[in-house]
Amino acid sequence: MAETATHAAGSQPEGGKRDFLKLTAGAFGAVGVGAIAWPFISSMNPAQDTLALASTEVDIGAVQTGMAVTVMWRGKPVFVRNRTADEIKQARDVPLNELKDPATDQSRVQRDNWLIVVGVCTHLGCVPLGQKPTDMRGDYHGWFCPCHGSHYDTAGRIRKGPAPANLAVPTYTFLTDTKIRVG
Amino acid sequence: MKRFLKALAVTAALLVPAVAPQAAGDAEHPRSGHFSFDSAFGAFDRAALQRGYAVYAGVCANCHSLRLLSYRNLLDIGLTEEQVRAVAGSVEVTDGPNDEGQMFQRPGRLSDRFHRPFANDNAARAANNGALPPDLSVITKARHGGANYIYSLLTGYHEPPAGVTLGQGMNYNPYFPGGQIAMAAPLNDGAVEYADGTATSVDQMARDVATFLAWASEPETETRKRMGIKILIFLAVAGFIAYGVKRKIWADLH
Amino acid sequence: MSIGLHKSEMKNPVIRWVDERMPIFTMMEKEYGSFPTPRNFNYFWNFGALAMINLLIMIATGIFLAMNYAAHTSLAFDSVERIMRDVNYGWLIRYVHMNGASMFFIVVYIHIFRGLYYGSYKAPRELLWILGVVIFLLMMATAFMGYVLPWGQMSFWGATVITNLFSAFPVVGQHIVTLLWGGFSVDNPTLNRFFSLHYLLPFVIFGVVFLHVAALHITGSNNPLGIEPKGPQDTIPFHPYYTSKDTVGIIVYLMVFAVLVFFAPNYLGHPDNYIPANPLSTPAHIVPEWYFLPFYAILRAVPDKLGGVLLMFASILVWLVLPWLDTSKVRSMKFRPVARIAFLLWVVAFFVLMYCGGKPAEEPFVTVSRIATAYYFAYFLVILPILGRKEKPMKLPESIAAAVLGPKGAGPVPGGAAAKPMEKA
Repeated sequence: MAETATHAAGSQPEGGKRDFLKLTAGAFGAVGVGAIAWPFISSMNPAQDTLALASTEVDIGAVQTGMAVTVMWRGKPVFVRNRTADEIKQARDVPLNELKDPATDQSRVQRDNWLIVVGVCTHLGCVPLGQKPTDMRGDYHGWFCPCHGSHYDTAGRIRKGPAPANLAVPTYTFLTDTKIRVG
Repeated sequence: MKRFLKALAVTAALLVPAVAPQAAGDAEHPRSGHFSFDSAFGAFDRAALQRGYAVYAGVCANCHSLRLLSYRNLLDIGLTEEQVRAVAGSVEVTDGPNDEGQMFQRPGRLSDRFHRPFANDNAARAANNGALPPDLSVITKARHGGANYIYSLLTGYHEPPAGVTLGQGMNYNPYFPGGQIAMAAPLNDGAVEYADGTATSVDQMARDVATFLAWASEPETETRKRMGIKILIFLAVAGFIAYGVKRKIWADLH
Repeated sequence: MSIGLHKSEMKNPVIRWVDERMPIFTMMEKEYGSFPTPRNFNYFWNFGALAMINLLIMIATGIFLAMNYAAHTSLAFDSVERIMRDVNYGWLIRYVHMNGASMFFIVVYIHIFRGLYYGSYKAPRELLWILGVVIFLLMMATAFMGYVLPWGQMSFWGATVITNLFSAFPVVGQHIVTLLWGGFSVDNPTLNRFFSLHYLLPFVIFGVVFLHVAALHITGSNNPLGIEPKGPQDTIPFHPYYTSKDTVGIIVYLMVFAVLVFFAPNYLGHPDNYIPANPLSTPAHIVPEWYFLPFYAILRAVPDKLGGVLLMFASILVWLVLPWLDTSKVRSMKFRPVARIAFLLWVVAFFVLMYCGGKPAEEPFVTVSRIATAYYFAYFLVILPILGRKEKPMKLPESIAAAVLGPKGAGPVPGGAAAKPMEKA
């Protein structure tokens, strides 16, 4: 009987049933590990209270033509600019084929003078300059990102530099003429 | 070995009462409310939750905060988004500072926490004869007997038995530790009006608000039980397979 | 050992490449693959593996809880409730961590009782046992500090009472307590350092567990017969025999765990810990978590402050010298008719203490605690040293194989029960 102790288990050729069992056991193990991992990973996503804060109301009545305000939305800046007629014209006169990320100005605004974009450079996440009258606004008079030199135009579109895409337009609604809700 | 096991079992049985929740003080053991969520499979009764919220909002909320809940949580008890927005919009929330540096009032939003009846604990004490109305956010987890305790307490008010002298402003309730509670019987027939037309007896309202507070304390209850059943079934099957594998592997040893 | 590449026997070229430079695969194969293990373990030998799994569960859930926990007196309670309500699966992670502490102590207590019954602490496994006691002490410290973190009433008053234990020491006592608190009461500095240490200690435990296992793999495992394996017929490779058996044990353990987490998550806790800490009002009945109750009862059994504290510490420290207190040459109590009864009574005393620790400090619990405390110490300090000399043990089997495989093996099988292979239980 002593020799049984040295059997290497699983090496018998007759083990059809055992192989099936082993396979099933392995499958259960894999499902189990997946089921254990999921709650941990999911817990790192935004919590319910974070998601609930996903909208911000902004009063824009005091923003003069040609001026801009920055508001906080989901921990990020949102640029709200009351554009001048000249800025609107500049944005609309550009032929689409000159753009790196083609989009018409009309598709990026709800009301012609109000441009509302997320103020995060699409390159690596810096906040571009251009909100204050004294800021550098870059070659296209919109925004200029000082980190790696991306230039945005008066519609928030990328025109020059390493950023791959236009400044994102958040979802927003005009609650009244002077009040918007972002998110 | 068998004896060892038996001894372990006996001692374990001894251990259970030692750690089992014991009724606090000399309070009477709470009566069972026979709630729908008592059992391992039981869920909350949505209609009772909504009625319970009506009782909380109409009666309890005058003194008791529910500070860990937000209005958005009410979506879970089956209120529509419009109803919840209306509830939230009816309270004034202090926000700010605005661009001028002033705090200002605005209507509540879904993401706001429940309105608190008092600015702070001291204000609450001052308005309640020195007694602090506890926050109810986790109340059924924070009391022996949970929802049964709330139900028993709310329905347990009666005249003090002979020989009991009540303190100034105190009320007799055998379910409260010490038997004397500062809160006067909060419910009486018809204290609130139910939208679904259910008769508003004290027993009904107590049962409903206990249900609501049980949900408020442990909103994860239903998800938790459902997940638990799935996991136990999975483990049971996995256990059979693992035992089969083990038997197969060990078979060549005997 | 000579300098140069390890001669690996691994077949997979990638594994082999690594193994030649850092033979972890050879080590794993040696320690967990072909490691010769007594063939007669019963299911009590699952509990070491279970404790290991439990430690990993605690570390994993703890790390994820720490991502959302705020160690500040004004935020701690609410941040825990935020985990319960708003963090995705936060309630699950927290309830697993909370009940995991209880499961850890259940598993480790059974592991310790097993060691006591089968004499696993005796030569040559004294150091293995001592390392185990160190792990247990670290576990107690970790569990205590973890219980403070939710900053409920029990957290606060538990921390106050336990840290005040040190004030019993003459002269330096009060200074030690102030040092522990970082102030003049349990407050924010206390909470912060407890969080820091609660995060650190599990990794220290992990290190000592590594030493515990390393020591185990030098002496090899004890077994229900308490006799050393005499040759290959007495042992089987760890894999697949005990890996498959441990898997069964782990699944049963997970089922018990799941019942607690999903259907009675607060059963072993105390409702008062859902009341935010209030330094101005102590709850009517403060009790420690259930796993500290036996030691708490010993503390309260002594009418003297310093005496109680010393006796409580002594009740665990006495385990450290146990290998030298038990003078019997026979390990397993299966073959010690008198010691076996003495041990079972000790287990009863342990649970009686646990029961009394959860009751108010009044009669009859005080007297009962005193009797149980007396027996608790008498068992180690009087009964075991004397029994080793006086008791006449039963005849030991020739070998493990002889006992497991029946009369065909060799010689008569003592005790009858030993003839039944335990692994079929």
